[in-house]
Amino acid sequence: MAKLTRDDVLKLAHLARIEIDESEIDRYQTELNEILKYVEQLQNVDVDDLLPTDQVTGLTNVSREDKVIDYGYKPADLLKNVPAVVDNQIKVKRIL
Amino acid sequence: MSQWPDLLTIADNVRTGKTTATELVSRSLTLIADNKSYQAIISTLDEAAKKRAKNIDENVAKGKHDGRLLGVPFIAKDNFLVFGGETTAASNILKGFIAPYQSTAINRLEAEGAICVAKANLDAFAHGASTENSDFMVTKNPYDKTRVPGGSSGGSAVAVALDLVPFALGTDTGGSIRQPASFCGIVGYKPTYGLVSRSGVIAMASSTDVIGPLARTVEDTALVLDVIAGIDQLDSTMIERDTKKYTEISGNLKNARIGLVEEYMGQGVDPGVRDIINKTVSKLKTHGAEIKSVSLPSLTYALAVYYIICPAEVSSNLLRYDGQRFGYSYPSATSLQESYIKSRSIGFGREAKRRIMIGTHVLSSGYYDAYYKKAQIVRTKLINEFNETFKDVDYLLGPVAPTTAFKIGQNTDEPLKMYLSDVMTAAANLAGIPAISVPAGNSQDLPVGVQLMAPQKNDRQLLDLALGTERIMK
Repeated sequence: MAKLTRDDVLKLAHLARIEIDESEIDRYQTELNEILKYVEQLQNVDVDDLLPTDQVTGLTNVSREDKVIDYGYKPADLLKNVPAVVDNQIKVKRIL
Repeated sequence: MSQWPDLLTIADNVRTGKTTATELVSRSLTLIADNKSYQAIISTLDEAAKKRAKNIDENVAKGKHDGRLLGVPFIAKDNFLVFGGETTAASNILKGFIAPYQSTAINRLEAEGAICVAKANLDAFAHGASTENSDFMVTKNPYDKTRVPGGSSGGSAVAVALDLVPFALGTDTGGSIRQPASFCGIVGYKPTYGLVSRSGVIAMASSTDVIGPLARTVEDTALVLDVIAGIDQLDSTMIERDTKKYTEISGNLKNARIGLVEEYMGQGVDPGVRDIINKTVSKLKTHGAEIKSVSLPSLTYALAVYYIICPAEVSSNLLRYDGQRFGYSYPSATSLQESYIKSRSIGFGREAKRRIMIGTHVLSSGYYDAYYKKAQIVRTKLINEFNETFKDVDYLLGPVAPTTAFKIGQNTDEPLKMYLSDVMTAAANLAGIPAISVPAGNSQDLPVGVQLMAPQKNDRQLLDLALGTERIMK
């Protein structure tokens, strides 16, 4: 498969909402390409018509009774870690 | 001579007044302070631990002294949410985070009287195999301070190896309990996927993450597992536990059918490690185990599968760190977009960023089928080979890692070389099967663990074999 270019690295970083310092782009490009080259060995594995594995225990539709269970979580404790709170609500920069 | 007797004896000593929980907690805190130079501990929970100990002692005085781990101090890897201090996952982005609730595993240990005294260092978000990816500090190996303790549960392994506490908790996504246990000469247990609740533990790769104990002996390991295993409403990925206690083990080796994994004994394995594994095999044979070579050809691809699936899940799990609801938030952002980007860029370390970008790439349209889906399919192939092999043998055996503890700095410039440290452990995570590292000897004064694996849900049987192995390798 084609190697990641500098632009590809910058695009990936942007998609993941990460900013990479100009001086580090080359290093990331080299490292990411080495990792991808290693995992690309899977392209040669013969898999016939096997299906993908999403999970390993075969559980389906885990459900429980639809009722509130009080685990003692306190809104005040949950809000303590929020960077900006106004009137018990999380404040963010304007979106629109 | 160890500072600590076995866990049941410690609890009995508290119950019968031979010692107090307060004494045990302060002994542990003193040991932690005396061993700071190993940089195994991120924070101590002095106040909360002493308060809990005082409560236990008061109850014992009143005759209320239930609890299989009464007064036993322990350390949790710092990706467990615990009351009484910060939970950081050794990452700058979570520095200062105060858990609003506590992980189920910690709650269950506390319910049996155990006391969490400190939080251990790890590779940030558990991304690594040496603890060098911690955003805070590098933990040192107790056998040689110029070497790594392994990772990502390096701090937990060092805490137990140094006897700071009688046991610790870790997490294992691709080998993060077993490999540091091997490097530090202790027991490290990765349970069957879904056996222990992950509620309140910071997620890394959700399809392989498990929680498990690190301890000095198999029996202590089994007791801790017995306390933390079992269905929890807060984790919907769980399976039923064994109806018997995990401590109901006798160390039986006679007629145990064990497969020596050929793929793990090849060229890449350090000769010193291979020698110890071969010695373990001959001793097991002497004690009546039936051992034969087995081959699972897809093991060759397990690490490649893991390093697609793991970063894919990591990139998704780390999306929640966006600077809005918790964790580091860039203070001078002028837009939401800038707040996201700056908070994440400043908050995440290099390894997290690498994994996020690899994960984003392998999941992106156009590459999804070639990378992610192909990895999931090869994962199926690997699982099928495990299932086939387990028709013929009850257990698998091999090294935990191809080498002993490597030098600090040796692999930090080449992420791929660091990844190769998981080459013998990641397969158990991909298949969801239980696996354990048991100390088997030293090579050039550095510990080597033997890895034992069993089919899913055969945790008790695996601990039984591990106990037998431990006895003959001592």
